Amino acid sequence: MRDKRMSLDDVVGELRSGMTIGIGGWGSRRKPLALVRAILRSDITDLTVVTYGGPDLGLLCSAGKVRKAYYGFVSLDSPPFYDPWFAKARTAGEIVVREMDEGMVKCGLEAAAARLPFLPIRAGLGSDVPNFWEGELKTVASPYGDETLIAMPALNLDAALVHLNLGDKHGNAAYTGIDPYFDDLYCLAAERRYLSVERVVETEELVKSVPPQALLLNRMLVDGVVEAPGGAHFTLAADDYGRDEKFQKHYVESAKTPEAWQQFVDTYLAVSEDEYQAAVRRFAEEEQ
Amino acid sequence: MTITRAEVCAVACAEIFAGAGEIMASPMSPLTTLGARLAKLTTEPDLLLSDGEARFFAETPALGRSAPIEGWIPFRKVFEVVASGRRHVVMGANQIDRYGNQNLSAFGALQQPTRQMFGVRGAPGNTVNHATSYFVPKHSTRVFVEKVDIVSGVGYDKVDPANPAYRFHHLHRVVSNLGVFDFEGPDHTLRARSLHPGVTADEVAENTSFDIAGLAEAPESRLPTDEELRLIREVLDPKSVRDREVPQ
Repeated sequence: MRDKRMSLDDVVGELRSGMTIGIGGWGSRRKPLALVRAILRSDITDLTVVTYGGPDLGLLCSAGKVRKAYYGFVSLDSPPFYDPWFAKARTAGEIVVREMDEGMVKCGLEAAAARLPFLPIRAGLGSDVPNFWEGELKTVASPYGDETLIAMPALNLDAALVHLNLGDKHGNAAYTGIDPYFDDLYCLAAERRYLSVERVVETEELVKSVPPQALLLNRMLVDGVVEAPGGAHFTLAADDYGRDEKFQKHYVESAKTPEAWQQFVDTYLAVSEDEYQAAVRRFAEEEQ
Repeated sequence: MTITRAEVCAVACAEIFAGAGEIMASPMSPLTTLGARLAKLTTEPDLLLSDGEARFFAETPALGRSAPIEGWIPFRKVFEVVASGRRHVVMGANQIDRYGNQNLSAFGALQQPTRQMFGVRGAPGNTVNHATSYFVPKHSTRVFVEKVDIVSGVGYDKVDPANPAYRFHHLHRVVSNLGVFDFEGPDHTLRARSLHPGVTADEVAENTSFDIAGLAEAPESRLPTDEELRLIREVLDPKSVRDREVPQ
């Protein structure tokens, strides 16, 4: 079986400007932020992003890499809740958004996963969601009755980026926290699927470590595996670690002035992932 | 010990779930959580309550505490519950209008807002699939507006009576720090059901951008019973988290 291990920068080497990229996790929970940081180090830009948004979308907006965003919400999940860089991109009119109900994101990924052009859904009717979509979102009439529903288009992805707790070198992988989120759906909806994990272990150890129901991804769903301990930081990656609330607040504070943000970039973003993790450890020590 | 405004609100939030039966109660703030748990411990024992993350509680803990669990409800399963209709959500609102259109997304234009909040979240799906109520801790003309900037939660004037896809839409109550409201006014507009003790009709009118039906006739909101007060003060919220959301 193929050894799919890659580096973060190898993954980014397979991505291209203009791609539609789905980012797993949820809000500030188990986001593949090491992969996002690798994109920030690259010259990839003009991205269309599909996400249950958190600081992943914020960080990409901070570097002007997002052209269009499809999302159910954007939240940091703890005060001040609203992501500062997403807010700046929005109020400056820098990104085109296809905002939708949270359930529509799941529905659109499921349509793509099943290679269907759309799936009917009730959510979105009567709201401003169709207006956000500027003609891209249609309705469909039932052939069995009088109901007219939203025809949620497939959210087909060029690439998916997800972070799980444990995986093998072939792409089998598990979550160890309480919620799988939608990471399997992102992989099912994508052409190229990139997984980062806290630890790469032998298959035998993986399947002994978790109940079978937690084995969210199989080999068919993954093209590349990156070992990235702390790869979801500063979002949570239960059971490995909780959210780094202090660091997330530091991210939010740093977005407030160009000077503070330049310092944040120099310390945490214009550096390798190893240097990021070392700088984060120093931050934690200084905060104690 | 005098009964506080927050305690009156807690009882009003509990009464949102009167007769709800065996459904998932999804309160989205501390005070509405207090209300849902109070309902479960008094008249609505069959309610399903989650920890706000992914577990169903088997018992009813105090705010901020955990409890033994009875089931698993990760986010993807919440969307199944939404589509099934077996849920009553109590959301917040940055804006709400007379027909119950609600905004928690952003202020200003869709593609270039003046202030960004969450985006529409689950509000479109909630409002079109199952009972939805709102809780507004600071009733003001900034929240109760003539017209919301972005419709995330669907109001009655958006319902297409010719399309049965809208048949599950039901906005049940709006509870604020000033009173209890529903949408039983003319053409499904906001109507006052009761005003909290000490609140006048003038005070509500001054803090609302549109006319509220039945405001002059609205009776006083019900006070908590001794048992409800005991549950609120001793069991569910001994640290008075409620007073931070609704000051006296």
